[in-house]
Amino acid sequence: MKVAGIELKNPTILASGIMGTTGAALARMSRNGAGAVVTKSIGPVPKKGHNNPSMVELECGYINAMGLPNPSYSGFCEEIGIAKGKMDAPLIASIFGGNAAEFTEVAKGLLSSKPDCFELNVSCPHAEGYGASVGTDPDLVHEITASVVDAVDVPVWVKLTPNVTDITSIGRAAESAGASAIVAINTVRGMAIDIHSGYPILGNRFGGLSGPAVKPVAVKCVYDLYEALDVPVIGVGGITCPEDAIEMILAGASAVEIGSAVHDDTQIFVKISKGIDTYLQKYGYSYTEDITGLSHEMI
Amino acid sequence: MRPIHSKITEIVEESPNVRTFFFDTQFDEAIPGQFVMVWVHGTDEVPMTLSGKNSITVQKVGDATSRMFELGIGDHMGLRGPFGRGFTIPGNGENVLFIAGGVGAAPIAPLADIVKARGIEGRTILGSRCCDELLFRERFACGRVDITTDDGSEGRGGFVTDQLAETDTSDYDRIYVCGPEIMMYKVFEILKARNAHVKAEFSLHRYFKCGIGVCGACSMDPDGLCVCRDGPVFNGGELEGSEFGHYERDSSGRKCHF
Ligand SMILES: Cc1cc2nc3c(=O)[nH]c(=O)nc-3n(C[C@H](O)[C@H](O)[C@H](O)COP(=O)(O)OP(=O)(O)OC[C@H]3O[C@@H](n4cnc5c(N)ncnc54)[C@H](O)[C@@H]3O)c2cc1C
Ligand SMILES: Cc1cc2nc3c(=O)[nH]c(=O)nc-3n(C[C@H](O)[C@H](O)[C@H](O)COP(=O)(O)O)c2cc1C
Ligand code: FES
Repeated sequence: MKVAGIELKNPTILASGIMGTTGAALARMSRNGAGAVVTKSIGPVPKKGHNNPSMVELECGYINAMGLPNPSYSGFCEEIGIAKGKMDAPLIASIFGGNAAEFTEVAKGLLSSKPDCFELNVSCPHAEGYGASVGTDPDLVHEITASVVDAVDVPVWVKLTPNVTDITSIGRAAESAGASAIVAINTVRGMAIDIHSGYPILGNRFGGLSGPAVKPVAVKCVYDLYEALDVPVIGVGGITCPEDAIEMILAGASAVEIGSAVHDDTQIFVKISKGIDTYLQKYGYSYTEDITGLSHEMI
Repeated sequence: MRPIHSKITEIVEESPNVRTFFFDTQFDEAIPGQFVMVWVHGTDEVPMTLSGKNSITVQKVGDATSRMFELGIGDHMGLRGPFGRGFTIPGNGENVLFIAGGVGAAPIAPLADIVKARGIEGRTILGSRCCDELLFRERFACGRVDITTDDGSEGRGGFVTDQLAETDTSDYDRIYVCGPEIMMYKVFEILKARNAHVKAEFSLHRYFKCGIGVCGACSMDPDGLCVCRDGPVFNGGELEGSEFGHYERDSSGRKCHF
């Protein structure tokens, strides 16, 4: 299926930051049925990330503050090459930077390894000066997107943070700058405290919530973006089973990304893409696109 | 799971740089070789093998472990686990060989406890840099113990591999190995030459962030197996042709060659 300029093997995509730091890990997720894979977010210089604890399972999902650890674009080209050599699913390179020049430097730096698409991470809620700190400003998002779109010859997706008052204004800024798709959502800003010691659990003290707890937030963001935009929306957040993915698609997603649920089942992609097919058959549809945004018509 | 707030109930000084911490939290279901993420409040959270149902045995090497050495009985750490895949428990009647170097004796000792309790015989090759650092030798008293020290201060002068080279491994059904990666790799090569690596299990170390198989920090080439989830214990057959013995990755994901 073709979505936003790339040919997906099925509508389930590995989300950024999950099993995405090496080419071998990305290829493994493709073997496990991912229709495409997104790399860990890659930046301009090597970064070791925040101190541990950096990811903890809570009652309702997961909280993490990895701090964008990555070997930099020069260190990562080799891994993209390895992944592409081992799989035929498309590879989407997630990148971050502090401003348009840095984003563009990283994108250009990775071009030689031939990613099929870029995903701009303007949405990490816990890395100072990066991610969400740029992704809450529509003008900055416009400038960054336009600059990367101009520098590369593959589709550019922009991944948004839900930690804003109006996600559609950021989505419109990215769309008007040439984004081929909008990806929503990154993690929801959050915190967990150990009541026995009084310490915030994450090394970074606060971080981002993912998993089942964020699904209703993601569904609403996807619903609103579908309404506001012409480009496809990719739904992410709390998807753990076919029903969750279908809900996201009915809200307006053309495809879904899956992150935290890899914890419970590394074969999750096969399970969900099969489940979507079963649903389509049961209700007499042929393609995922037949049900994308269907709930908007139910008034 | 959130970290379990665990009180230190006893501290045993095993050697100048190694201490065993006992907690009021008991991991009864833990399998030897499984690990816990140990949160030292305000410092870091690091993986440690369970050296017993309620203990970890720590070598002081850096920030988090040095901070642990400042803690006393009654102080607390946060424990998450047990995580990962442990060793295969030997069956009754199986002959076992333990090969442990330095603090690598920590994951192996609980297996020796099981073997001893069942009255099976288990042979051990136990190595360390010097006699002060030989760990848990009384726990390995379930059969013959060959000791090697790098400086020759006790037992045979040299490495566990020197002893292994002269040991007939054909009688053993299972071989359990843990120690520094270079040591483990040399053991792997000796066993492989005898086609005995497939009956050996190795407990590996990589840099862990999440510890639960999500972030990919500990993923190994070329299959993308996670040491924290698919391991830390791997069969020798699974390690053939892998990065094992060649390189690991630092916290940013860059390769560091051994
Ligand atoms: C599955 C597993 C079981 C382990 N079991 C034991 C054990 O029983 N006893 C023991 O003494 N040590 C064990 N280790 C090693 C132990 O985790 C490190 O010694 C410890 O993390 C050092 O932390 P530090 O802050 O004191 O050192 P630092 O100054 O932070 O670093 C020193 C070295 O420790 C290692 N290290 C640091 N942080 C981590 C991390 N998050 N994950 C993995 N390695 C890290 C790195 O190799 C680093 O170069 C185990 C490691 C793993 C992966
Ligand atoms: C451990 C972890 C690391 C993540 N790292 C990144 C990242 O580097 N870049 C990014 O855009 N999103 C990152 N995310 C966010 C996920 O891609 C996803 O948007 C979010 O987790 C919601 O989806 P989920 O509920 O399926 O996990 C990370 C999430 C987790 C749990
Ligand atoms: S440490 Fe995160 S996957 Fe192993």
